[in-house]
Amino acid sequence: MSEKKYSKKHEWVELEGDVATVGITVHAAKQLGDIVFTEVPDKGKKIEAGNEAAVVESVKAASDVYSPIGGEVVETNSSIVSDPSLVNKDPENAGWFFKIKVTNKSEIDTLMNKSDYEKYATENPN
Amino acid sequence: MGKKSLFMSQSAEKIQELKTALHSFHLSNGGKMVPFAGYEMPVQYLEGIMNEHKHVRLKAGIFDVSHMGQFSIKCDEKEYKKLEEIIPIDLSSLKMHQSKYSVLMNKNGGIDDDLIVTKVNDGLNIVLNAACKHNDVKRIHEVINQKNTKLHEDLSLIAFQGPKAASILETLVPGVKDLKFMNGNSYNYDNEKLFINRSGYTGEDGYEISLPNKLVEKFCKKLLEDKDVKLIGLGARDSLRLEAGLCLYGHDLDPKTTPIEGSLSWALSKKHKSDGSFLGSEIVLKQIKDGTKKKRVGIKPEKIIAREGSKIFINNEEVGVITSGGFGPSVNGPIAMGYIKTDFAEIGKDVDLEVRGKKHKAKIHALPFYKKSYVK
Repeated sequence: MSEKKYSKKHEWVELEGDVATVGITVHAAKQLGDIVFTEVPDKGKKIEAGNEAAVVESVKAASDVYSPIGGEVVETNSSIVSDPSLVNKDPENAGWFFKIKVTNKSEIDTLMNKSDYEKYATENPN
Repeated sequence: MGKKSLFMSQSAEKIQELKTALHSFHLSNGGKMVPFAGYEMPVQYLEGIMNEHKHVRLKAGIFDVSHMGQFSIKCDEKEYKKLEEIIPIDLSSLKMHQSKYSVLMNKNGGIDDDLIVTKVNDGLNIVLNAACKHNDVKRIHEVINQKNTKLHEDLSLIAFQGPKAASILETLVPGVKDLKFMNGNSYNYDNEKLFINRSGYTGEDGYEISLPNKLVEKFCKKLLEDKDVKLIGLGARDSLRLEAGLCLYGHDLDPKTTPIEGSLSWALSKKHKSDGSFLGSEIVLKQIKDGTKKKRVGIKPEKIIAREGSKIFINNEEVGVITSGGFGPSVNGPIAMGYIKTDFAEIGKDVDLEVRGKKHKAKIHALPFYKKSYVK
């Protein structure tokens, strides 16, 4: 399994073979507050890197979750649909959103590593 | 991730926001500040909207609502008629220290603001919405001599709401437990004058407390000495009022919406509804007689959260729009309000809500979503 990478829009990606798991970061989940609704993409949906893929809603706001990497959705996390608070409890593990069969693995190289992301998130809190 | 929310959309305007007297107090208590109606206000504190909302339903919470306009008119009964032309309530029948919810009418029968009027010894006090207050004052000056009025920038306004509010406030200000709902009085605290009204906008028992800016932080700290009291942000204020079925001006009401369309016929006095002696009354009275095309209703989505702007459909025909929508922490599910063609405005009616291009099931629902517990 490759190192976890992070996007400027506060998603994380973890590549295993040619399938990447995508979710929102600990920082993003904390910023959103109490998550009360999630919507994950349909299996089979083709998504380009940087496009809207899922939705996460707190009491106050709805936010789009973008896929930092392009490909075809192969699996979604039904646990966060039935219990959206799982995204608050464990955003970077059990609270993952979807798995995507990656078209172009090199896209992951444009993303940040953990320490760069942490610095970025401190400077760009929203 | 990219946010789309009520509060975020307003931050794009880049105006220099005003600060209430509690601004630094909010920051030192972990308030997350956002621009709202020209002010920098706390949307939440450290515990978050969900916990703050539930806390108010169970115990007691303090809201800073000092951004709202506190306006006073020195007047006697002779002036009532002029004011009633734009605020159609029966001021003569209002008892001393009694309050009433009403609306500021425009010539098209629309609502320029919703407000609370209280009768006091030397005239009337009116609480106005922050975003409307300067226009409201201009409108009132068209009928009342400006020199007899004042917008009190030297006063703060806090709401203290929840089932424990009465017993806690009573320990600081003896006598407040005897106030009836929508009634107020003057009290002394720390050699300063407070005006306290038993009212609020959360669906809970509680008070709105008007007090000098120099006293407000000290007073809040004193209230917070009780472990059952917490500071509550505007986020929970919004979810609490939505559960209580109460309107948010600029969203559920606006200058193009009449009180009849807004299901606020009760906010106009019987006298005005029969003799029509107020601005826009020819339109309003015609609507009372013939009905309206649209009406404000409660809407309960089955699963989806439908926010402001979501369209309402019945059998693929567009029949209305959501004006407030979100998650109700005490209802433990999505709730909304909106306007729908009057023919379809019946409780229990199935509708579809369009969210992100897809239709989702919902039902027209009675308001409020959460049963009020006011002290009568």
